[in-house]
Amino acid sequence: MELTSLTIHELSERLSRKEVSAVEVTKAFLGRIGEVDGKTRAYITVTAEAALEAAERADGMLARKDDVTPMTGIPVSVKDIFCTRGIRTTCASKILGNFIPPYDSTVVKKLKGSGAVLLGKTNMDEFAMGSSTENSAFFKTLNPWAPDRVPGGSSGGSAAAMAASECAASVGTDTGGSIRQPAACCGVVGLKPTYGRVSRFGMVAFASSLDQAGPFTRDVTDAAIMLKVMAGHDPLDSTSVNMEVPDYRSFLAAGCKGLKVGIPKEYFIEGMDPDVEKAVRDALDVLKGAGAELVPVSLPHTEYAVAVYYLVATAEASSNLARYDGVKYGLRVNEAGNLLDMYKKTRDSGFGGEVKRRIMLGTYSLSAGYYEAYYKKASQVRTLVRDDFSAAFKTCDVIATPTAPTAAFRLGEKIEDPLTMYLSDIFTISCNLAGIPGISVPCGLILGWKVDEGTVLRTAYAYEQATEWHKRRPAI
Amino acid sequence: MKFEAVIGLEVHAQLLTDSKLFCSCSTKFGAEPNTQVCPICLGMPGVLPVLNRRAVEYAVKMAIAVDCTVNPKSVFARKNYFYPDLPKGYQISQYTEPLAERGRLDIDIEGGRKKIGITRIHMEEDAGKLLHGEGPEDSGYSFVDLNRTGVPLIEIVSEPDMRTSEEAQAYLKALRDIIVYLGISNGNMEEGSFRCDANVSVRLAGERKLGTKAELKNINSFKFVRDAIDYEIQRQTDLIESGGKVVQETRLFDSSKGVTISMRSKEEAHDYRYFPEPDLLPLVIEAGMVEALGAALPELPRAKRERFVAGYGIPAYDAGVLTSTRELADYYEEAVKRTDDPKATSNWIMGELLRLLKEDNRDVRDCPVTPENLAGLITIVKKGEISGKMGKEVFEEMYGTGKTPEEIVKAKGLVQISDEAELSGIIDGIINANPESVERYRAGKTQLMGFFVGETMKATKGRANPKLVNKLLKERLG
Repeated sequence: MELTSLTIHELSERLSRKEVSAVEVTKAFLGRIGEVDGKTRAYITVTAEAALEAAERADGMLARKDDVTPMTGIPVSVKDIFCTRGIRTTCASKILGNFIPPYDSTVVKKLKGSGAVLLGKTNMDEFAMGSSTENSAFFKTLNPWAPDRVPGGSSGGSAAAMAASECAASVGTDTGGSIRQPAACCGVVGLKPTYGRVSRFGMVAFASSLDQAGPFTRDVTDAAIMLKVMAGHDPLDSTSVNMEVPDYRSFLAAGCKGLKVGIPKEYFIEGMDPDVEKAVRDALDVLKGAGAELVPVSLPHTEYAVAVYYLVATAEASSNLARYDGVKYGLRVNEAGNLLDMYKKTRDSGFGGEVKRRIMLGTYSLSAGYYEAYYKKASQVRTLVRDDFSAAFKTCDVIATPTAPTAAFRLGEKIEDPLTMYLSDIFTISCNLAGIPGISVPCGLILGWKVDEGTVLRTAYAYEQATEWHKRRPAI
Repeated sequence: MKFEAVIGLEVHAQLLTDSKLFCSCSTKFGAEPNTQVCPICLGMPGVLPVLNRRAVEYAVKMAIAVDCTVNPKSVFARKNYFYPDLPKGYQISQYTEPLAERGRLDIDIEGGRKKIGITRIHMEEDAGKLLHGEGPEDSGYSFVDLNRTGVPLIEIVSEPDMRTSEEAQAYLKALRDIIVYLGISNGNMEEGSFRCDANVSVRLAGERKLGTKAELKNINSFKFVRDAIDYEIQRQTDLIESGGKVVQETRLFDSSKGVTISMRSKEEAHDYRYFPEPDLLPLVIEAGMVEALGAALPELPRAKRERFVAGYGIPAYDAGVLTSTRELADYYEEAVKRTDDPKATSNWIMGELLRLLKEDNRDVRDCPVTPENLAGLITIVKKGEISGKMGKEVFEEMYGTGKTPEEIVKAKGLVQISDEAELSGIIDGIINANPESVERYRAGKTQLMGFFVGETMKATKGRANPKLVNKLLKERLG
């Protein structure tokens, strides 16, 4: 088997047995990127030189058996939303097209600290706003399984890079499904941890109360390995969870025998793509076969989740994106030589259509006279959505749902119709509103209660053991 | 028609923390532009605020000092607006759930005391500064200095309880004194670390409904508070009397002309789109913290003033001067416990000490005369070892050299002649040498006593104990 097709734990074993060096592994991935990225367009920036240097350092660590972790020498990519010191960080936006941060995001710092090798920065929807990666200001990323289809979004570059074996793992962000939906579209594992489990420091903000970083991996074991490295309290992020990080791999072997899997009736709706419904029903049968007990649960406020999300997320975004004003860094368009004109022209030419649409929506919902009816009401309903989950988890251990209402759609299919595009997130959004963890595996989504990533991973692992999906690779 | 003004103040005070409210950058005043900045206060992508604990403690101290209720939970909010001195495009402040509410501050007015209600105290970060180019090469350009960005502020909002500019000024001074006493801000209006906006409206006397208010900005001295408010009261009164209507607006005080100028109307007012800051958790203040900070609070100006009057028996005026700063009050108390003469000690400090400090523009903390030495001098004068006049000379020397009064008195041979035998000899000599004057004195020209005293002082180079001289002369001249 090609090195580039291996999982983290397989590569890690070979590295520690000295069957292969980190430099060789990194070169294999760089070679693979050179070979296929012209087709997938998963990467915005490839940092080959820095990657080889990091690989050499990793080989040193492996040779000395010095601070070796399961990630030492493992080549990873990160979504171009994570600030990387000295490396351009664009958020797939023209407004940050020339921005080189003088600091690392905490996630990148932790990955580097674990000995992982950063291969580069992946494409995404501009400022993580979108479900297809078509909103990148630079280029579109294709789905490695079917080049006429989108890889999902907003972390589509990461998902595509995984599916095309252009990295061993990737890190994305999930504000309303941006890890889980592209993971589903590209047939890989995508984990959104509990809100605050992974530090947001240095991760360009879209909607601060919803944003959460998480891994893309080939299998559930790798997701457990990555989460262990990424998670933890960060003094630089006041909203990060201050709790011990367990060894997530230790949860996996327990199996799902006797676990109660909640099936929310609101998620199996009329008009659902019959293929998707069948696939998910089959997956539930697999869980049942592995010993899980399926129990019906109800999440009655599900129908409001999309509306709540697009009020809360856009409101926060309108404020978070105010800093891109041409004054301090990034793009500046200053033709007329006066302040107002600079603001207008910089933001007009720096932001893409979807970003502008959301800034306007959010500005509106926070405006005097509308705040009560929109932002405030949405925040109140958000509490109800959270309460739904709190009640449901009293009767079950995890909840299983589809990840997306359809399989990966065709490029251009929804881009002209924002509302339909917004509905791609219908099954993933509630989880962000409630702040709970969720993992997308081929094929379905498993949600758990706050900071209970252990049970989520354990269920997903039991499912994975009974299927072969995770072993399949696209022919590209 | 008789009009009454209604005035409320919004006061911003910079807190004297070493680092900024949400990052570890220094808050020191006067550094080169943009040298005290980091990715966080520059509002770079992806950075997050972390609250400065010390700033919270300072704000809570202020809340306790003005009898506010400290909310167990308060919430930071974003105030959104675009301006180049605001790197994030929003200011982190507090809005619907402030740190503290419902306090009071008493001010002294003619004929007694008046309670001014305090609506709320909240915490927020300061913005940076814009400098506008004036030279031939940079005119038309503006420069941004972000050193001040993120410096912690508290905003103290009063109830509209003041009726005159004098009351507003008294309130502002009382507030400043407390802040400085607490050591949480330097209260410097010129440097902008203590700033004041005034809401002013007028109404017919006896009317209960409030008139339309104007918000006055750019008031940066205690004098300007009165000037700006007086001008505004007159402007609004004239307007109404001439049949006009006051419009709600923000007005800028122009101190060079002494007038207020319209800056923006209500319609042009910003919509700040406040919403809860999602990057910070609600600020939870445990009752224990409020208790501990309250217990450690220093004695506040009013309490100290009242104690000085009651405890030392000095006039209220003296107490007011002596308690104008905590340091001066401490100085007085250190000295007075050694002199056991509160009024004399007060006189020396208010007279000689403050005069010399003022001439040198020096703080009492840097005064070369220690309270112990001042007490020593007062004691020597009181005992009559040297005269009061000599005492002043000695004091100047103490101030100039830092020496003890004993050293100076000894070195200069200034010790007063209080020995009766020695003085008697000298006085006898003078009487013998001036028989004519003695005659005239005895004939009723008693004003000549001054001449004899003067002669005695001349003969002793001013060292004769004046009381004794008087006594001996009277005995001899009959």
